[in-house]
Amino acid sequence: MSLDQLYQQIILDHSKARHGSGLAATEAPEGTSTGQSHQLNPVCGDEVTLRLAVQEGKVAQIAWDGAGCSISMASASVLTDLAEGMTVAELHEVIDSFREVLRSRGKVHADPELLGDAAAFEGVARYAARVKCAMISWVAAEDALNQAA
Amino acid sequence: MDNAEVLRIRNDFPVLNQLVNGQPLVYLDSGATSQNPMSVIEAEQEFYEQRNAAVHRGAHHLAVEATEVFEDARQTIADFIGADYAETIWTSNATEGLNLLSYALSNAGLWAAQGRGDEALRGLALKPGDEIVVTEMEHHANLIPWQELAFRTGATLRYIPIEDNGSLRMEQAAAIIGRRTKVLAFTQASNVLGIINPVRELTALGHAAGALVVLDACQSAPHLPLDVKELDVDFAVFSGHKMLAPTGIGVLYGRQELMDILPPFLTGGSMITTVTMERAEYLPAPQRFEAGTQRISQAVALAAAANYLTETGLDRIHRWEAELGQRMVEGLESIPGIRVLGPAAGKDRIGLAAFDVEGVHAHDVGQFLDSRGIAVRVGHHCAQPLHRRLGLTATTRASAYLYNTTDDVDRFLEAVAGVRAYFRA
Repeated sequence: MSLDQLYQQIILDHSKARHGSGLAATEAPEGTSTGQSHQLNPVCGDEVTLRLAVQEGKVAQIAWDGAGCSISMASASVLTDLAEGMTVAELHEVIDSFREVLRSRGKVHADPELLGDAAAFEGVARYAARVKCAMISWVAAEDALNQAA
Repeated sequence: MDNAEVLRIRNDFPVLNQLVNGQPLVYLDSGATSQNPMSVIEAEQEFYEQRNAAVHRGAHHLAVEATEVFEDARQTIADFIGADYAETIWTSNATEGLNLLSYALSNAGLWAAQGRGDEALRGLALKPGDEIVVTEMEHHANLIPWQELAFRTGATLRYIPIEDNGSLRMEQAAAIIGRRTKVLAFTQASNVLGIINPVRELTALGHAAGALVVLDACQSAPHLPLDVKELDVDFAVFSGHKMLAPTGIGVLYGRQELMDILPPFLTGGSMITTVTMERAEYLPAPQRFEAGTQRISQAVALAAAANYLTETGLDRIHRWEAELGQRMVEGLESIPGIRVLGPAAGKDRIGLAAFDVEGVHAHDVGQFLDSRGIAVRVGHHCAQPLHRRLGLTATTRASAYLYNTTDDVDRFLEAVAGVRAYFRA
């Protein structure tokens, strides 16, 4: 597998754009219930703190701060775009599907209809050392979602 | 040494002869773990094919043979570091060696508190008010065991800070190491900075204060001539897998008069004289610290590795690797956006260089290099406090050994030069 299949254009773009980044400067919308989770990968020092706000059963906002590799930062950015507006149940389903693909060592293909841009991370599954990079913000989101919902 | 000799040496290392991602492997991660020459692999295989048995027990032929090669291996390693036979203790690795020491020292306090042992043992016990001194550049293995020893004994852990260029602040060392210092532990060569510390100067400061001096020789024993007596340290540790041997074997050197009085860490079979249901008497070193069945084939393999290094010549290996280290740093410094940790080009360093690539995380750098068949280490290299001190969380490290050519370094440099463009940094 070539490097370009791992670092898809969409991943490189999101690693720079970092949608949702800037937790400290972002207020949670009024009337929402929030959960916040901090995740650290001790192997590489990747770190994400993610806050998720839920209102009327839907994800109203995701805001995060993080430091890490392009995969981890891009995956937090893609997650932010994808999750906002989803119901709690939908986001759980998407997170479960993403995890299944990432942990499959390339055996399970991503469903682009369900995962949208996150399907671009399918190639990461073939790099065992990078799976946690892609998962870190999703694990944080799952934890925050459980607190908020 | 020169490239022609290195190319001959490479023939002894089958693992190096392979393609990775379609390109000939460039292995620049020997600081993490080194590769094994055939003579080492064969030594371990021969042991299992011809002599495998438990050592120091059994009267049968194989047991005698196994014991013989196991203890011959100890003598080989003792000679390799300028130690005496009984001062050379097998461990799993350097980490275990340092933990063994840390627990033996806190056991000294427990023994002394209960009136066990003599005056000399009581002198080794740590108590509140005593100090353990390390440096800011230590690998976690030479930091955390001392943090925990401080915790168990009430002693205080202090550290010698570094300059921005990685060198130890020796005026601070002179101020910090004093009459309260009971243990001074430091690395001979930094696994991140590539710097070689002034061992004699530090040891003199430690001994003048009456402290025990512990040397982490993980990045030095495999790469340069080491003589523990000449350096005058009290203890030294290193790992076999960083010096052409398999994993699971390491060495703790300890000055004889200390090793014979220090309480053991692990207890059990093979390390006792008389055992009753109530208590046990312990053998002197080395058996005192080698409870249970030992890593016999690994010890034999480590001796084969030491022989390989000795035959090649450690002073020659050291000079070659220093040349490769300079080539790395000179090349890295000429690439825009690269910050090399530790001494600048032209200053002494071993054959390794850790660096930051502006705008690109180390993990991405490592992945990019791997796609070109180049193996490096990424992360904090088990030195988080050092990285924090330098304002970084993770770096990329290339580390050379006797089987690396200047072409390896050049391919690495060429690849690093393309990293920022690929990630649009």
